[in-house]
Amino acid sequence: MAVETDTTSEKFAAYAHPERLVSADWLQERLGAPGLVVVESDEDVLLYETGHIPGAVKIDWHTELNDPVVRDYVDGEGFAKLLSRKGIARDDTVVIYGDKNNWWAAYALWVFSLFGHEDVRLLDGGRDRWIAEGRPITTDLPQREVTEYPVVERDDRELRAYREDVLAHLGNPLIDVRSPEEYSGERTTAPAYPEEGALRAGHIPSAKSVPWARAVAEDGTFKPREELDAIYRGEAGLADGDSVVAYCRIGERSSHTWFVLKHLLGFEDVRNYDGSWTEWGSAVRVPIVTGTEPGEVPGR
Amino acid sequence: MTETALPDALAEIRDEFLELEEPDRLQLLLEFSRELPEMPAVYAESPEACERVAECQSPVFIVLEVSDGDVVTMHASAPPEAPTTRGFASILVQGLSGLTADEVLAVPDDYPQTIGLTRAVSPLRIAGMTGMLLRAKRQVREKRPA
Repeated sequence: MAVETDTTSEKFAAYAHPERLVSADWLQERLGAPGLVVVESDEDVLLYETGHIPGAVKIDWHTELNDPVVRDYVDGEGFAKLLSRKGIARDDTVVIYGDKNNWWAAYALWVFSLFGHEDVRLLDGGRDRWIAEGRPITTDLPQREVTEYPVVERDDRELRAYREDVLAHLGNPLIDVRSPEEYSGERTTAPAYPEEGALRAGHIPSAKSVPWARAVAEDGTFKPREELDAIYRGEAGLADGDSVVAYCRIGERSSHTWFVLKHLLGFEDVRNYDGSWTEWGSAVRVPIVTGTEPGEVPGR
Repeated sequence: MTETALPDALAEIRDEFLELEEPDRLQLLLEFSRELPEMPAVYAESPEACERVAECQSPVFIVLEVSDGDVVTMHASAPPEAPTTRGFASILVQGLSGLTADEVLAVPDDYPQTIGLTRAVSPLRIAGMTGMLLRAKRQVREKRPA
């Protein structure tokens, strides 16, 4: 059973898919409503335990959404087990929030989308803003009835890019959402500093640098439509009809940008390359560019 | 098989974790995070004297002192919204402070992987604690009296 969308915000109404966001007021009024499940997903695996939105369940991407052996996500059966255990039904409205301006929440939302969970939304502003506004927080664990979430096979084709997809994609827009230092390929190699997670530094040829947090206003909420358009259509040069791939280091920050491009700005064909720099920067003979300029796509 | 003797405090902490089931280990880590003492004012006011642990996603700073008698004291700060990182720092602060410089340098680099948290917390997150330990040891090497 789905819950009505949040139509209270003028800012949301300007986005391509306003139904993908809810405001804190909207959520607070509906806590405990049938058909609504609130999910917290954080970078920090202990943060939920220090206090969370009343009734919210925790989903940790490292230990619950990832396959424990292969570098991949859980399969249809694993996802069904996880969501059944959390008490989430296939037709529930899921509102996800988290730390770091919803960075991990967006990641969880993207994984839910790979399994075609239809109604999954983000809480604008995430965890920090909820707490900053003095809204209710509890350490009580929710008691939810176990559900029977159906086994739905994951469909990676539309929303996920593999390395070979990115190679074939070269010539089309790529957005690198990492920090400028990661993009240009600077790195520290002082003695006794652990090595970075990739063997080479730099970026994928032609990728534009748009650090993910540029989509977020100072108060942690998403910037309004016209500001996002100025960044992604204006500065990064994206145009309607473009096929876009976003990447970062392991695919978490880029799912935040994926959310912005797909749901707030309405680009139809946006994929997240979750292999990202930890794969590309260690792969043999893939093209890499260093420095602050995007660089040219090599001839094929 | 040879095993480097682990200093008592670190061995006790490891055993405390290993005695628990995995979900309870997270609770214990949370307790450690609450026990992390404040950074002494002299460091809190001059962040340039502290080293940022780049392996951690959150802003974490550590500073190690080595006394004339070669005894190590570790201080660390991490924000309340990073309890996992605070927990890691707290383990090292409790486990390393009071040891001699030689004892700190002899702590195995893989100590963070031996306390039974790798699966509960994830290998990537444990890497943050390893970064903290390696940086702590490097500071001790640099700061011990010649």
